[in-house]
Parts: sequence; structure tokens; C-alpha cells
Amino acid sequence: MSSAEQNYRGRRTLSHLDWLESESIHILREVAGQCANPALLFSGGKDSICLLRLAEKAFRPGKFPFPLLHIDTGHNYREVTDFRDSRAAELGERLIVRNVEDSMAKGTVVLKTVGESRNKYQSITLLEAIAEFGFDCCIGGARRDEEKARAKERIFSFRDDFGQWNPKDQRPEVWDIYNARVHKGENIRAFPISNWTELDVWQYIQREQLALPSIYFAHTRPVIRKGGLLQPVTALTPAQAGDVVEEMMVRYRTVGDITCTAPVESNATSLAMIIEETATATVTERGATRLDDQTSEASMEQRKKEGYF
Amino acid sequence: MSALEHIPDIDNGLLRFITCGSVDDGKSTLIGRLLWDTRTILADTLHAIEKTSLKRGNAEIDLSLITDGLQAEREQGITIDVAYRYFSTGRRKYIIGDSPGHEQYTRNMVTAASTANLAVILIDARKGMLTQTRRHSFLTKLLGVPNIVVAVNKMDLVDYDQAIFNNICAEYRKFAAQIELGEVRFIPMSALTGEMLVDRGDKLQWYAGPTLLELLEATPSAHSERDERFRFPVQYVCRPLRADRPELHDYRGFMGRIESGSISVGDEVMVLPSERRSRVRDIQLGEVSMASAGAEQSVTLLLEDEIDISRGDMIVKPHQLVLVTRRVEAMLCWFSETALDPRRKYILRHTTREARALIDAIEYRVDVNSLEHHSADGLAMNDIAKISLRLAQPICADSYASNRATGNFILVDETTNNTVAAGMIL
Repeated sequence: MSSAEQNYRGRRTLSHLDWLESESIHILREVAGQCANPALLFSGGKDSICLLRLAEKAFRPGKFPFPLLHIDTGHNYREVTDFRDSRAAELGERLIVRNVEDSMAKGTVVLKTVGESRNKYQSITLLEAIAEFGFDCCIGGARRDEEKARAKERIFSFRDDFGQWNPKDQRPEVWDIYNARVHKGENIRAFPISNWTELDVWQYIQREQLALPSIYFAHTRPVIRKGGLLQPVTALTPAQAGDVVEEMMVRYRTVGDITCTAPVESNATSLAMIIEETATATVTERGATRLDDQTSEASMEQRKKEGYF
Repeated sequence: MSALEHIPDIDNGLLRFITCGSVDDGKSTLIGRLLWDTRTILADTLHAIEKTSLKRGNAEIDLSLITDGLQAEREQGITIDVAYRYFSTGRRKYIIGDSPGHEQYTRNMVTAASTANLAVILIDARKGMLTQTRRHSFLTKLLGVPNIVVAVNKMDLVDYDQAIFNNICAEYRKFAAQIELGEVRFIPMSALTGEMLVDRGDKLQWYAGPTLLELLEATPSAHSERDERFRFPVQYVCRPLRADRPELHDYRGFMGRIESGSISVGDEVMVLPSERRSRVRDIQLGEVSMASAGAEQSVTLLLEDEIDISRGDMIVKPHQLVLVTRRVEAMLCWFSETALDPRRKYILRHTTREARALIDAIEYRVDVNSLEHHSADGLAMNDIAKISLRLAQPICADSYASNRATGNFILVDETTNNTVAAGMIL
């Protein structure tokens, strides 16, 4: 054995971030090796920002073996969609955007009320995009620590030709051998950061010095306190008669559809402060931020069965 | 341990472990307790558990509800699938593979154990060793989980009696020797009251060994550390050919993860199955070059010579050869509701390689409860058997006992594309 090997063995244990990074790169390369026409879902949010960094580590100096895809509800913050566009341009990778509003115009998405959250309708537009481009795999930034239905989902998660997830009939996933085989019309959702927690994501962003949309950092914003959550006052979500509007220092722990994503009270203006807050948080990411997951204990499970990410 | 008062400063890697037992053994309570005492459960989760506890008529919060998953499971009051849980102590990150304990879910336990580096086998102190204890231990051994901890739980219900603990340990040791389980650690505990999980408590003063968490913190984290032979299955070949980067025109990067051993720039390597040789010119992670790299790292290798290498090939060192073979003997766990049909061909997936496979023979089926061998014509869901396979193309195989990563495979049904079996090469 050479001395270099001996030296290497002396400091053998990978840090938890190195281990997670390596696992994620392995998963991304399996997608590239097994799937004919994958896409990576990129929203401009922190989880998919990590995915892009991991894709760089997995495939540079080559191009990514997949385009980036965003299903835009039309209810996203400008800061986030601008970031999405500039990041894709900076990487020199192809970005495909498909809009829920186009599905509405076509009549495939029918809202029950005008102001309704479009979050769940993303599934329809996503399935339309999958059909349009013939994607056999979509890579997403979902994590198992986010939600209990996610805790049981595979890293390579099979969806039938209706985009449905069947929790009772998932493919066994042993060791790290992934099975991405599908028939035409079916597809795989691959989740390279399944084993990451919210804190891991923030620590990785700090370590890799990744840029983020500004709304992840504390800023002043008019909000209304509603049922323990903060609802931002925006053109889409204006104050109603009787609402008490407060100017507060807030940040987003997760970014998504404006109508269903709540900011949290925070003074964290730097990554170090966000990590501190995340490590000592008393409420889960979804619990603090999702206005749509509280209606029923099983709402994520339900949406996933219908093709949601 | 109470709340984390500072940012975790993790430097001791990551450990994956499983808990084996049924709800009756207090498995869910044990996981709930670990998550609770390491402050992983947050207020809104607790609130939801409180609500459910009340709805079910429980006076106190039931920590076992933390591991409740799907609506379908809650309706039936059972667990149907492996769930993964996460916690961190500040020194180390943990992934718990939580698999249900019933006999019909052997495949779930196989799934959870396949990636685990440690198994906690729960025994109810009042009941002692049960059939399922033997089953869980056998599967742990079969899947090559290197560290075993027997948690003798519910000590609070036997007045923390040391004699009861000692008897259970003696009986288990006898059984462990029979199945050649290797070293086993024993911990008396009460998941309900928390003794010997994270805190020592004051009821088990006759026990001088480590708490469960101390043991977890001290267990080596890498799962492939036992094999020092270099194994690099090629996942993907990078040929940029970018008009904007003419300097990369001859770039050929062989991308994959080092499954075991290590590699340095200048090392001689051999590509299998072609047996062509070259030397390592560069090792890259992203666009950063490294002098050497080791097990579990995903890297890109550049070689000095232009040789034809594609996905499915394996790069090794010439003095650390792997068996290139079209015949495989293996222990197989059948997963599918559709029985194994020995007349059919299946697709075998091993590392990054696929080959058509024919079942040559089923030598015997193992009764996971009695561990007796029986003859068998086919295999049904959850059956475990010794089989021999014939392959249409060769694979680069190690024995599972010597290398978990290059000794495992799955079988895929070509018609349904389902994963129907997991195999461990003998």
C-alpha cells in the first residue's frame, strides 16, 4: 500500500455533508445513466438551488444531461423567478418554463374560486409538460424530513401513466441500486436529497457559498397574523376589512406559491444567522410556512397520489 | 440531553441504523424517545400527536405516534412500509430505517437493513427471546449489518431486575453463536421512561456499559470500511465536446462512486471486463482535482491512455482483482406478490450493470423462523432461498460477505419493470 493511501485512510470518515453530497451525486448520475430523457425541476427555491450545485459537481465539465423545468403558478415572487432565470443563464443550461395559467387558458385547470391557491394545480401542468416533452424522469428537491408521506417515499419513485403515486405498491429500494425502468407514459420522480434535512440544506448552502433569492433573508414586509401563521400582504393576498396589517421583520423558510406560503418572523440577515435559527427552531418547515398542509393531516399524501411532487 | 443550545458542529460523519421489533416491543416508543430527547420533534408535530392521542382516548402523549406515517396506515393501525427518520446530536447525523416487525414484511426489513451499519434488536424483558427475535437476527446477519445491539426493553416492567437481563443475554449469545453473528452488545433500557437511551437514569445502576446513544456515537460510520480493495463501477462517461471549451475536446471522464478502497493519481488500474490497463491521470470532484480519494466518494477519474470504457464497466487495481463471471450463487429474498417462476428470465442489476438472468436451481428455502432448510420449486413473497443463476453477460462480482456494495444485486421483472428480488452473492 502506498503512503498516500495510508494517509488517506488516516482521515477516512467523510463529514456528514460530504457523505450526503456524494450520495446525491451518485443518484444524479444514476438518473443520467438509466433514463433516456430526464428533466430537473428548478424553482429558484433553496432545495433546487442545492440540486443545481450537485448537478455541477456530478457532470462538470460536461453540460447537464437534462434541461431545467419549472412549473410556474404565476403566483411566485419576482425575486424568485428572476433568480431562477439568471441562475439558469449563468450555468448555461436550458430552462423550460410551463405555466399553470396556460393550463387554465386551455381549460385543463379549472379554479374553484378566483383567488384560490394554484399550488395543487401544478400537478396538472407538470403532467402536461411531461407529456409534451416525453420526460421519463423528473428530478426534484423533495426531502424525507419535510413531511410524513415523504418519509416513506423512494429515492426513485415510480408514477403510473396518470402520474399517481401508490404508497402501498412502491418498488422495493435496496442498497443503492435504483430501478428507473418504465414503460412509455409512466415516469420516475427521482429525489437526490431525500436524506437531507432542512439544516443540512442550509449548511450546504453556506459551505458552497450558494447565492439565494433575497426573500430567504430577513426583510421588512407587511403581514397579517392568521391562525398562528403570518400571511403576507401582496396584490394577490390583499388585506381584508378588519385585518390588522403589521410591518414585521420576516424571512421565508421555503418559497412557493404566494397564496399558500407564509414567511416567519426573523432577524436572520445572514446564512450563519439562518443556520442558528434552523438549529434551534421549534416548528417544522412545513408547519411554519404552509398554509395548505393544515387542512387535513394527510393532505400531502393525497396530493402526491394525484401526481404532485 | 435537552435542547441544542448552539449550532451543531458535526464532524463525526453519518450513521445509518435500523430498529427491529414490533410495536409491542416498544420500537416506536424507542424511536420517539431518541427523537424527543435529541430535540428533533418540534412543536407543531407534537401538537398533531397530542391531537391524535386525545382522539384515541389516551391521557398522555403517545411517543410512538411520532413514527405514524401514511393515512392508510393510521386507518388500519399498522405500518406498511419502511420510513426514514433523521436526527442529529451535534456530533453526528443519524438516519433511522424504521421497518415494521410483522413476519409478512420481511422484505421491508431486508430493505431497511441493506443500507444500515448498525441494528438495534429489541427484546421485551417480560417475554425474552421470541421467534421474531430470531427472524430479525437472521436477517441482520444475512444483510451483513456489521454492528448489532440487543436492547432489552421494558426493564421498568420487571423491576429493573438484573437477573432477567442476564438470562436474556445468555440465551441470545447462545443463539448468536449458532448463526455466527459476531460481536453483540447488550443494553438494558426503558424506552418509555428513557433509561439508558440518551440519559442513564437512576434505576439501572448495576449496568456499567454505555447508553444506546453513547454506543451509536462511538460506532464506525463507513459501511464499506472492511474491504480495502479498490472498486469503482463506472456510472457515466463524460465527453463534453463543447464548442465553447475546445481545451476539453479530448476530455474523457469516468464518473462513479468509489465503493471501497482508495485511489491516488499515478496508480495503475485495470478496466473490467476488458482487462485493459492504464494509470490514473487525475481525480476530480466537480472541477476540483484531488491527489487521492477513498470509499464512498463520488468522483471523476481521468486516465492516461485512451481506452474504451462505458457505463457498467468496473475499474479496479490489477493486484486486487474481482471475479468476472456469468455464474452466480446467492441468497435471494423474493419481494414480489407474483411468485418466482424458474422458467422465466429476469433482469439482474448489479452495480451499474444489467444482465439477463436465468434461475438454474433453487437449492433450498430458509424458514426465517426456525432457520430450517426446505426444498422449493418456486418462491413466494418474503421467501429467502439459496439459488444459482446463469447470466447472459458477465458481471464483476465480489462475495457479499467481503463487499456489500459489489456483492449485491436486484432482479427486475421485464414485463412489469418491478423490482422483484434482492440477492447477496455467496
